[in-house]
Amino acid sequence: MRLLLKGAHVIDPASGVDGARDVLIEDGRIALVDVAIPPSETGHTVVVELGPSLVVCPGFIDMHVHLREPGYEHKETVATGAAAAVAGGFTAVACMPNTNPVNDSASVTRFILKQAAEAGLARVYPIGAVSKGSDGKELAEMADMREAGCVAYSDDGRPVATALLMRRALEYAGMLGLPVIDHCEDKTLAGEGVAHEGFNASQLGLRGIPSACEDVMVERDIVLAAMTGSHAHIAHLSTAGALRAVRAAKARGVRVTCEVAPHHFILSDERLLAPLAYDTNLKMNPPLRHAVDRDALVEGLSDGTVDAIATDHAPHHADDKRVEFDRASFGIVGLETAVSLSLDRLVHAGVISLARLVELLSTNPARILRVPGGRLQAGDPADLTILAPELNVTVAAAAFRSKSRNTPFDGWPLRGGVAATVVGGRALFVNPGVPQVAGLGRA
Amino acid sequence: MSDNAARLRGKDLLGIADLTPSEISLILDTAEAMKEVSARPIKKVPALRGKTVINLFYEPSTRTRTSFEVAEKRLSADTLNIAIATSSVVKGETLIDTALNLEAMSPDLIVMRHASSGSCHLLARTCRAGIVNAGDGMHEHPTQGLLDAFTIRERKGRLQGLKVAIVGDMLHSRVFRSNVYLLAKMGAEVWACGPPTLMPAGIEQMGVHATTSVEEAVKDADAVMMLRIQLERMEGGFFPSLREYFQVFGMTPERVRLAKPDAIIMHPGPMNRGVEIASEVADGPASVILDQVANGVAVRMAVLYLLAGGGDDETAA
Repeated sequence: MRLLLKGAHVIDPASGVDGARDVLIEDGRIALVDVAIPPSETGHTVVVELGPSLVVCPGFIDMHVHLREPGYEHKETVATGAAAAVAGGFTAVACMPNTNPVNDSASVTRFILKQAAEAGLARVYPIGAVSKGSDGKELAEMADMREAGCVAYSDDGRPVATALLMRRALEYAGMLGLPVIDHCEDKTLAGEGVAHEGFNASQLGLRGIPSACEDVMVERDIVLAAMTGSHAHIAHLSTAGALRAVRAAKARGVRVTCEVAPHHFILSDERLLAPLAYDTNLKMNPPLRHAVDRDALVEGLSDGTVDAIATDHAPHHADDKRVEFDRASFGIVGLETAVSLSLDRLVHAGVISLARLVELLSTNPARILRVPGGRLQAGDPADLTILAPELNVTVAAAAFRSKSRNTPFDGWPLRGGVAATVVGGRALFVNPGVPQVAGLGRA
Repeated sequence: MSDNAARLRGKDLLGIADLTPSEISLILDTAEAMKEVSARPIKKVPALRGKTVINLFYEPSTRTRTSFEVAEKRLSADTLNIAIATSSVVKGETLIDTALNLEAMSPDLIVMRHASSGSCHLLARTCRAGIVNAGDGMHEHPTQGLLDAFTIRERKGRLQGLKVAIVGDMLHSRVFRSNVYLLAKMGAEVWACGPPTLMPAGIEQMGVHATTSVEEAVKDADAVMMLRIQLERMEGGFFPSLREYFQVFGMTPERVRLAKPDAIIMHPGPMNRGVEIASEVADGPASVILDQVANGVAVRMAVLYLLAGGGDDETAA
């Protein structure tokens, strides 16, 4: 079975393609990317005329999501999270281990992968815990989890608790060739904080989480990455100081990478005051930072310091958010808004090119996690994200595939959307608002 | 009076931050009329007759709750008090559920104190009833700010151009925030003093002069206001000892002498004698601490009346 996507703008930074190409898919794999591929005479080929207004990219990979299963299925399951992923343009996600039980063993890893296989939607790459129970004491069985399918290690939700544990984790993960992803937050400095420490939190009487609590932990991790020669990846980087540290570390060759989340490069902490004071959908960790930090992240996206855009998709039930601000759960969903937000606020705003966006959402996440994809290579599974950059969309939380609705972006009009998401040659999401891809749904 | 607002714009009083200067003046002027009621032999007017006011207190409070209750009764409102121990809330119903249950009984006003900043905003968005913030976490305590301003204005005749020193734990204090917002809006010059560990981030942007020198703060002040120091702050490592706190920041007669000769001494209570304030100062001739309590009733009557008493003030006094 052949599928020929014709006439689209193909962007694949890994192979340097950025122009009009056809993409031929055969038996779920990429067969050929070339100018004007003729339909084959032998056998049946479905031809879909995409045209130049659509952009075909290697499938987007969200390297930081919380799928909540096992343990918190009322917030999200692997299946609903994977459905949200494809609806949001992601062909793969990497899920954090802070489930219940924690994904700190091969059996939990295998369970997650079984759920993902049954769902048959986005690819799911489990991230194993650094420490047993993510409690910061003993290393989890990292080699066993890699064998079961883990692609990285993290105690996300919390930092890797001590410098010693981080050292050991980096050394051991280095042996396994996988990165350690750290949620950088010095808990002693963060205390009971619920919002970025600064004038805005002070006005609202909210306990502060200072930027310094991220900065010191990022510096620690950089020092330890340099010491061990292993790869440390900074999760949801949110401060100007942490970004400066990563930039400087990269310049001297330290193996450190970082991701930022759309809410951190779009929103800042004055939003806590207005239009809706104390909106718990603006409560996340790291918190919305100062506008200066937000602007620094935008600069880092533009200058190459930032490696990836990751959503930190953190679904929570409405009950966890319809409470006092300091009692509300941290986090927002991101899978179904990230691509439109990035197109609108980064590409259309003139901050980055489409090619750079593809690097941030596909090429680099694949490289950091050492997973397949991130490029359009003959023989690879046909994981594609097809963008409609000029499509006008309005965020509609009520229509999310995710089980949860906790987003501050509900109702936002945005320019740019996902036309279709193709995983292994199958169109698992086809946007009914984009007529050119209707043929994919029938393919 | 002529530039005063005729009424408050909202159904709620959530914080001073939401009020315009003319709304503040309206409340203070109305409180003057209300104060006269408390001086009568029959201390009652029918302004809120037939109105129901619920006092919902999630934190222990003697002074504020009593003050609201007296104010409500002097306005002839039907009042009921609900005290909810925070410990039972942990397992119990949510704030929104409690609010909806109360709302089903059609109260006109709910006066709430709660340990979480912003809890009154949550309540105000949930309920048709007007919400009066009686202290929410570390955010605001607007009626305290209003009664403090009323007390200063009563003694000094104005707020504009006065130097007011506020000394103590600014970080955790809702009284501090309400006072700062109010005094800044009304043109007073506020000096905020305390250990740097107890100053909120971005304090300069709040429109105050921040200093760690109590002498600098108090010098030539028209009013000196102490904020309560809570013992648990010392245990939290914010300062080394109560003894040292008093040594560096305590309001002693010597320090008071740096202020203007007619300066007034204020404290929102409850006081820690010998921690933030020396007894000689608290009980001295410049102290207006008990006036603050008396004025609290008048200011709360004004707020309740303006929120629930209808448009014009014929029935007020």
